[in-house]
Amino acid sequence: MHEMAVTQSIVDAVCERLDGARVRVLALEIGTLSGVVPDAVRFCFDLAAEGTPLAGARLEIAEPPGLARCRVCEAEFRLDDLIALCPCGSADVGIISGRELRIRSMEVL
Amino acid sequence: MCATCGCSDPAGTRITQVTADTAAAPHLHDHGHGNGHGAGQAGTADEDTGETRTVLLEQQVLARNDRLAGANREWLGTRGVLAVNLMSSPGSGKTTLLERTIRELAGRPPVSVVEGDQESLIDAQRVRGTGCAAVQINTGAGCHLDAGMLGSALRELDPPPRSVVLIENVGNLVCPALFDLGEAHRVVIMSVTEGADKPLKYPHMFAAADLVLLNKVDLLPHLDFDPGFFESSVRRANPRAEVLRVSATGGEGIGIWCEWLRDRVTAGPGERGPARRDSGAADGVAR
Ligand SMILES: Nc1nc2c(ncn2[C@@H]2O[C@H](COP(=O)(O)OP(=O)(O)O)[C@@H](O)[C@H]2O)c(=O)[nH]1
Ligand SMILES: [Mg+2]
Ligand SMILES: [Zn+2]
Repeated sequence: MHEMAVTQSIVDAVCERLDGARVRVLALEIGTLSGVVPDAVRFCFDLAAEGTPLAGARLEIAEPPGLARCRVCEAEFRLDDLIALCPCGSADVGIISGRELRIRSMEVL
Repeated sequence: MCATCGCSDPAGTRITQVTADTAAAPHLHDHGHGNGHGAGQAGTADEDTGETRTVLLEQQVLARNDRLAGANREWLGTRGVLAVNLMSSPGSGKTTLLERTIRELAGRPPVSVVEGDQESLIDAQRVRGTGCAAVQINTGAGCHLDAGMLGSALRELDPPPRSVVLIENVGNLVCPALFDLGEAHRVVIMSVTEGADKPLKYPHMFAAADLVLLNKVDLLPHLDFDPGFFESSVRRANPRAEVLRVSATGGEGIGIWCEWLRDRVTAGPGERGPARRDSGAADGVAR
């Protein structure tokens, strides 16, 4: 399960940015096409945060949906998985959102 | 699991140089729990007033891995070493293909191998049997290699200039897709016994591939596997990936695969940029 490694990376990266403060809320962005399952991150978070200034913090996870733009007909359409096919039949498609895997902000005390 | 924090990932990663006569005492590397795993820092004066403030971070979750991958790419680039990340589910034939490839290349160019498995030195010892240098990374409970592990393995391996480093990732069609190692190319191996619909079920892995090797084609006469459907499934997950049919035991396609590698060593390293995983605005491709 790569979510444990991903969550550990989040905790480590946030800890690097703290100088004695404690985190109350941590805001993340995990796109629906990112390959990371938000619920699995929530599940791993308590364990990864234990004993750190993030212990007990609340996670707020935004889940931007997949969006793609066709390079042939220029239509923009919703993408629920990485199998990208434009309604016009073209597979020459660019993903414009949904792959986000970012730490947005934190509320510290 | 890691005794410090319970994380299942870098927990007890071991890197072992497997030599000709390995009695190989495992060689421990620190797993880098430097950050924030100390005793919780004491609250500041603000705690008394209960005031919180918002701090913008705006950074990639895998920024650290990507930084280390960039360092590996540079290290490999300055030496002219071509690193290829081989990924598949367990049993599709990665190690068998490595053994065959090393014999077929016959030192032109020289090959060395990084083996990733949760436990055991078995695969590195199999590869050592061909006479080529091999380092084993044992990830413990970890289900993928990351750029930090590859960096340590590369320093252990010290590959010669203008050579190839073949990396056998941990057998898993999901997790390794997310972690850039600093490789020049990603190759996904799938065998005909796994079912032709796998690219549609594991699109992340196939979307990240430069080349897909369909292995064990010697078994096709015994199976109900439609290679045409498989190839069209790969194209749906990744319109740019090349697909090559091979048999690591029978030898079919191995010559073409070796040429594919040779072309890329001579063409020079570092064609692949860092893995893309943001919204990918302008150049985000369905891959
Ligand atoms: N028939 C056939 N068997 C193969 C081929 N390649 C590998 N195998 C067998 O598949 C099994 C798993 O191979 P291995 O290389 O250990 O797979 P790995 O887990 O991906 O490293 C072994 O029994 C191999 O002999 C092939 O091309 N044809
Ligand atoms: Mg193997
Ligand atoms: Zn279109």
